[in-house]
Amino acid sequence: MKLPALLRRRRSGAGAAAATAATVDATRRVDRFTSQDLLVEVSHGIGGHTGRLVMTTLGTVLGIASLVVTIGFAQTAAGQISAQFDAVAATQAVVKPGSARSANGDEVATSMLPWDAPDRVERLNGVERAGLIGEVPIGETAVTAVPINDPSAPEVLSPTLLATSEGLLEAVRGRATAGRYFDAGHDARADRVAVIGARAAEKLGINRVDSQPSIFVGERPYTVIGIVDDMERRPDLLDSVIVPIGTARADFGLQSASELQLRIAAGAGALVAEQAPIALDPNTPENFDVQAPRSGSELQESVQADINVVFLVLGLIALLAGGLGIANVTLLSVSERTGEIGLRRALGATRRDIASQFMVESVVIGLLGGLIGAAVGVFAVVAVALVQQWTPIIDLPMVLGAALLGAVVGLAAGAYPARKASRIEPIAALRAGV
Amino acid sequence: MNSAAPVVELVDVTRSFPGPPEVRALKSVNLTIRRGDYLSIVGPSGSGKSTLLNVLGLLDRPTVGEYRLGGVLTGALDEAQRAGLRARTIGFVFQAFHLLPRRTVLDNVLLATLYSGVPRHERMPRAKAALERVGLGHRMQFMPTTLSGGERQRVAVARAVMASPQLILADEPTGNLDQRTSGEVMDLFEELNADGLSLVVITHDEKVAGRADRSIRIADGRVSEL
Repeated sequence: MKLPALLRRRRSGAGAAAATAATVDATRRVDRFTSQDLLVEVSHGIGGHTGRLVMTTLGTVLGIASLVVTIGFAQTAAGQISAQFDAVAATQAVVKPGSARSANGDEVATSMLPWDAPDRVERLNGVERAGLIGEVPIGETAVTAVPINDPSAPEVLSPTLLATSEGLLEAVRGRATAGRYFDAGHDARADRVAVIGARAAEKLGINRVDSQPSIFVGERPYTVIGIVDDMERRPDLLDSVIVPIGTARADFGLQSASELQLRIAAGAGALVAEQAPIALDPNTPENFDVQAPRSGSELQESVQADINVVFLVLGLIALLAGGLGIANVTLLSVSERTGEIGLRRALGATRRDIASQFMVESVVIGLLGGLIGAAVGVFAVVAVALVQQWTPIIDLPMVLGAALLGAVVGLAAGAYPARKASRIEPIAALRAGV
Repeated sequence: MNSAAPVVELVDVTRSFPGPPEVRALKSVNLTIRRGDYLSIVGPSGSGKSTLLNVLGLLDRPTVGEYRLGGVLTGALDEAQRAGLRARTIGFVFQAFHLLPRRTVLDNVLLATLYSGVPRHERMPRAKAALERVGLGHRMQFMPTTLSGGERQRVAVARAVMASPQLILADEPTGNLDQRTSGEVMDLFEELNADGLSLVVITHDEKVAGRADRSIRIADGRVSEL
């Protein structure tokens, strides 16, 4: 390692006499102010004022630490978010018929989901369960637990009537808290059975099904065979009365289903999004809209893209302040050590030797701040992750880069003081009596 | 380097500082210092003593004229070459000692080897020998701040002779010392001079100046032998 040789630009001694060349060669020996000498002088220069060194590095420590913390938290948070998505969203997909705007501005569906849609998509890889949902248009017809038309009673908001296929409950991860969900047989026979969501059941005053309670849609009675709950993906089901699709078609003339809910294997989102429309209608697959979870890496990229810009800017400002701090203290140190600089010049140091000494001092201070700051930042991220029971995710090259950024700050901060130090006139400095 | 050549040879050296008004601090100075010479330079402040010291010490370049140091024409050298020549040919001693307060006496003396290219394995023995020679072998690990003024100046002398220079430039070496210690320091200089070192002492003190073999006066940029 021959650092001073790099810092010292060689100038050709063109025109110098032979004797001159010999003199000069003698001074170019490997023993003259080597990088080892430089580092020893630098360490003495820095080590002289421990308290001042701490204050000097503080700004850089804060700046680097806040950068590492900001980026580290963004990475950690991205990991946590995608873990949550894995649990619920990453295993759920929805297919809807495509829509277009008609001439008078209404949304109209451009295709229909076939009645056998669940059978078609359940044959696909990655699809675990599928269920159709359709809203049954019943207009002003009341859904009640008793078939009495009491004109004096206040009008109550009746629950919505939905029609689904038998697989829907499993497709949206619901569960029957009482009784059971209807099956393919009820659907095929168009049996007058119904399942009610937990909140709708409460409103209707039904809390058990073993007595085979009935509800009335208009004047048609339906036997309640189950109460369902926990449908995270379609919470509106909690407020609904649900009948089999076959029943809805027979009794209410249901035209088509409005959406197909899919429960898929983790990571199968992209595959399902591509294959489900083809399975539903091989001729016009473009007429279906699929909402499927994106793959994990895409998700993390998009989250990392919006790293909190505010904190990043704050970190950079702290870093700038740190750099100014280093520049200030190095400048102070230069003016304090005017005598020393003059002495070194008299002892044969070139301007470049002096500049490199102050430059390396400020780079070392910056690097020191960067290393401490990076360590503090990593510890902060790990500590918070520990408390929150998260998995800390920190990019190691990012941490090393942040530490090196401290050195770069030191380099930039040292440039002006080093230049000033190298311009000190030796005799004037020595006579000042410092 | 030619050992027969004078250590210092100034030929018609003029140093002027561009104005306005232009100041000519040295006017056609001719000066020859041979090996083993003992020279004192006296003169009032503002007479050009500092400028002469700067030029002699290779810290400034003459505007006009030739300066040969140890036979080498210095005008053709670049900054780095002049620094190297300065490190190996000239030892400086200052009024204010200029010892680094946070380094030991030994470290302060070793500082002179950094820039002069003394081989690494020779550094320590030479520094110890230099300190022994000035009678401070027992103070090597002391801090300069704990030493008396005379001791400090002896450390500075040890530092000045470290790189085996041909010329010692002493700028008011006794200015901060009392009469007795200043006599001791001058005795030390004279011992070095007796060993063949050329010695230039810049001083206000008539007593100190009077000890030299040769004395020159500088007034208004002109040099005259006394």
